[in-house]
Amino acid sequence: MTVLSIALMHIPDGFLNATISALFWVLTAVTLTIAVRRSQAQFDERLAPLAGIMAAFIFAAQMINFPVAGGTSGHLLGGALAAIILGPWVGILVMACVIGVQGLLFQDGGLLVMGANIFNMGIVTALVGYGLYRMANGRHRNAKLAIAGIAAWLSVMAAALLTSLQLWLSGTAALGLVVPAMLGVHALIGLGEALITVAALAFIFRVRPDLLHEGGTQGGRGWIVAGMLVALAVVLLAPYASASPDGLERVAEDMGFIQTAVAAPYEVLPDYTIPFIGSENLSTLLAGAAGILVVAVLAVLLIRYTRRSTSRS
Amino acid sequence: MQFHALDRYQTGASFLHQLDPRVKVAGTVLLILATVLLPDGAWLAFLLTGLLLLAVSYAAGLGWLYAVKRSFVVLPFLLAAVTVMFSLPGRPLLGLQLGPWQLILTDAGVVRFASILLRSLLAVQAAILLVATTRFPDLMHALRHLHLPAVLVAIISFMVRYLTVLGDEVKRLLRAREARSAAVAGRRAGGALIWRARVAGNMVGQLFLRSYERSDRIYQAMLARGYQGEWPTGNAHQMKTRDWSALGILLLALFVVQVVGRWK
Repeated sequence: MTVLSIALMHIPDGFLNATISALFWVLTAVTLTIAVRRSQAQFDERLAPLAGIMAAFIFAAQMINFPVAGGTSGHLLGGALAAIILGPWVGILVMACVIGVQGLLFQDGGLLVMGANIFNMGIVTALVGYGLYRMANGRHRNAKLAIAGIAAWLSVMAAALLTSLQLWLSGTAALGLVVPAMLGVHALIGLGEALITVAALAFIFRVRPDLLHEGGTQGGRGWIVAGMLVALAVVLLAPYASASPDGLERVAEDMGFIQTAVAAPYEVLPDYTIPFIGSENLSTLLAGAAGILVVAVLAVLLIRYTRRSTSRS
Repeated sequence: MQFHALDRYQTGASFLHQLDPRVKVAGTVLLILATVLLPDGAWLAFLLTGLLLLAVSYAAGLGWLYAVKRSFVVLPFLLAAVTVMFSLPGRPLLGLQLGPWQLILTDAGVVRFASILLRSLLAVQAAILLVATTRFPDLMHALRHLHLPAVLVAIISFMVRYLTVLGDEVKRLLRAREARSAAVAGRRAGGALIWRARVAGNMVGQLFLRSYERSDRIYQAMLARGYQGEWPTGNAHQMKTRDWSALGILLLALFVVQVVGRWK
């Protein structure tokens, strides 16, 4: 499973088409630019040695495994842990460098698709990991650890789901098969991730609790909302994409989208952003969107409530 | 452990080793882009790109098959693409009954699958050739010249410098766990799954604290030596005629391959 997990998360070149690769490079570049600016404002010239050695730490920590069963072993990917202990922006920078070096030096993940790899394993994991963990601010230590565990598991699931969607949009995989397969495997891998993340955090809480305040005080409500939204999208979209006899896929085929996917340099973005449109599925989508909206509102209310209660105590 | 144990650089004095690293980085990315843009089933174009890479590998003094042999790292990921063989509409070749699912192999699906395989193999060969002929500091310097933010280059340089240090640290942690984990052959050893995960988590936490404190010591030492956030470099890369012509030849070759690949 170790081999499988690393192989299935680091997409090699050739598996995503040029349009999807370029789109995620742009998203990643913009996020990294902000991350650099925010991190430099916080750490100044101390940033390079700190983030550099933390990147080496994540890289090395991925080598620590524990036996699960039948010769398979669990290990850490580290996106959520990095964001929780270092804060989201430095966490994103650290993961970007880890993934960058893995791709450039060890061919673990491609160069053209590196934007997508960094987005999946560095940015989305930080969003979910830190966003959810930030909700536990001011709570009891055990509540923090429990939420960190959930966040770590969901961060892996979110990355796996996004990877499957990118493969599908590139015409490299069948949606109805790749989503359940990827999510099934990563539900287990995420369990290992959650266990190690929680244990590592518990250890740091015991030994150097002062370090965990540094990351915990920065970033505001935006992270919580963003983290909640991504987590909800995973929870709602994953069953829809895998269980229904391929709503998304059938629509994509009806539109001739799958056939044009690879010969794509001329087909610009619009084709990719609207694979959902189709009368019978529009209602499902709208229902899903309404659901997300309702839960988002609930989440914001919950956050307001917890904030007030923590400021009182 | 030394960095040389990790670096894939192969010492040499070939034309490719001496080429400006910027040209090599840009050329590699262009070649990968061109390969990804080739349509499905453009076998001749794939073949030409493969021959180009073989020739480059040979010219760099690495031997014909250096990159080919190392390019199989992408194969496990093909699992994700297997599904495309059964999902792409086309002439059915073979029907499989797999439990509740009826899978139909189509010709278009097989062509797509083979094309994905070839594209990924060719792309990874180009990346392998890049790191085999460029020293890591030169690679970083090239990325700096290609406008990667200076702080990212500094972070990656630090990371690579301390990879081996922390890698050794991990090996010591793993060895210590091994030494404490006695097991009788044939009998299940160790505690429950949660317990094992906790041991691994404690090791990660331990490694984090050691790394964090090390980063602080390094920073203090750098401050004491006059660090101001910039790394001076003595290696002024300059584009020579040779570099420009190599880039030009590569662009021409990629163009020809595209024309061949799209010829109907």
